[in-house]
Amino acid sequence: MAVARALASPHEDAALSIRPARAEDIAAVSELDAAITGLAKPAYWRDLFERYGTRRQDQRFFLVAESDGEFLGFAIGEIRAWEFGAPPCGWLFAIDVKPDARLTGVGTALFHALCERFRAAGIDKLRTMLARDNHLMLSFFRSQGMMAGPSIQLEMALDDP
Amino acid sequence: MRLQQATRLALYSVLVLARDPTRQLAVAEIADGYDISIHHLAKVLRTLGRAGLVEAVRGVGGGYRFTGNAKRVTVFDVISLFEDVANPAPDDHDVLTPAARALGLILAEIDEHAVATFRSVSISTMLKIIERTSQRATADRSKGSEAQDSLDLS
Ligand SMILES: CC(C)(COP(=O)(O)OP(=O)(O)OC[C@H]1O[C@@H](n2cnc3c(N)ncnc32)[C@H](O)[C@@H]1OP(=O)(O)O)[C@@H](O)C(=O)NCCC(=O)NCCS
Repeated sequence: MAVARALASPHEDAALSIRPARAEDIAAVSELDAAITGLAKPAYWRDLFERYGTRRQDQRFFLVAESDGEFLGFAIGEIRAWEFGAPPCGWLFAIDVKPDARLTGVGTALFHALCERFRAAGIDKLRTMLARDNHLMLSFFRSQGMMAGPSIQLEMALDDP
Repeated sequence: MRLQQATRLALYSVLVLARDPTRQLAVAEIADGYDISIHHLAKVLRTLGRAGLVEAVRGVGGGYRFTGNAKRVTVFDVISLFEDVANPAPDDHDVLTPAARALGLILAEIDEHAVATFRSVSISTMLKIIERTSQRATADRSKGSEAQDSLDLS
């Protein structure tokens, strides 16, 4: 299955579908995150599903990619309004594809599905934030057409008076 | 931020060649549209050749073609063949006073952003940006000429 998918071009995988996450997906989501980050946090993912997969579903989107019933990845986003005075915009704050399903267009399909949800809600801007040394994610977002936004992120250590 | 002329020429060459990797272009064709010496461009192309990004095709109709992987080669890979964006050397004449150190911190912050940006933009992403911006320019022009037409009609 994984081999067939790796050989197929993104658009040939007709079985690929994107749908809202269900409670029974959360074990796979948590497992994928643990494999990537090396940190298992099932309670955090259950809580995230509770908040983003069940409440205010017109503004919060927890999406899952699957092919022939097999979980391949997920993306989460929400509409945030008037943060730092900015008009409502769509935030993408998590996207993960299973390592053996990467580079076949699953990430792109999740990204487009999320954009579609935001557009349908009348939103015309997508934002995200990530570590600047995360070259893989940065390359992915740039390949989707994202560019630097107008905000600058600042921080300081609080233990240094 | 300004890039040296050789760096910009290298990027423009890579982009024009990567648009169609099966096509080869003579140095004069690549130079077309830029106000530069063929000799200077040839030197730039030799550097790109040594890095494996382009290949010289000999014989009649010879020239250069793109041999890199446009989805994986980044703008940073090209720039860093010509200049040191990652670790700009401190100015020799600067004594390391506290003020110079503070300025160094701010400049390093800017450089880190620049490097992250260059590293995240692949040649194929650049080609997409070129396509988008030229489509937008064409749309703007035709909107402009429509406006002009309606002006003419009125
Ligand atoms: C980034 C990620 C979502 C991409 O998913 P994917 O399904 O492989 O993406 P796609 O196949 O749709 O790729 C789309 C484009 O992204 C870029 N891209 C993807 N992987 C890349 C890589 N390894 N190197 C460079 N560019 C890459 C390419 O431009 C690609 O286009 P191409 O296939 O035409 O070359 C996936 O690699 C991933 O989940 N990585 C880990 C993410 C992570 O760490 N998340 C935790 C924080 S939220």
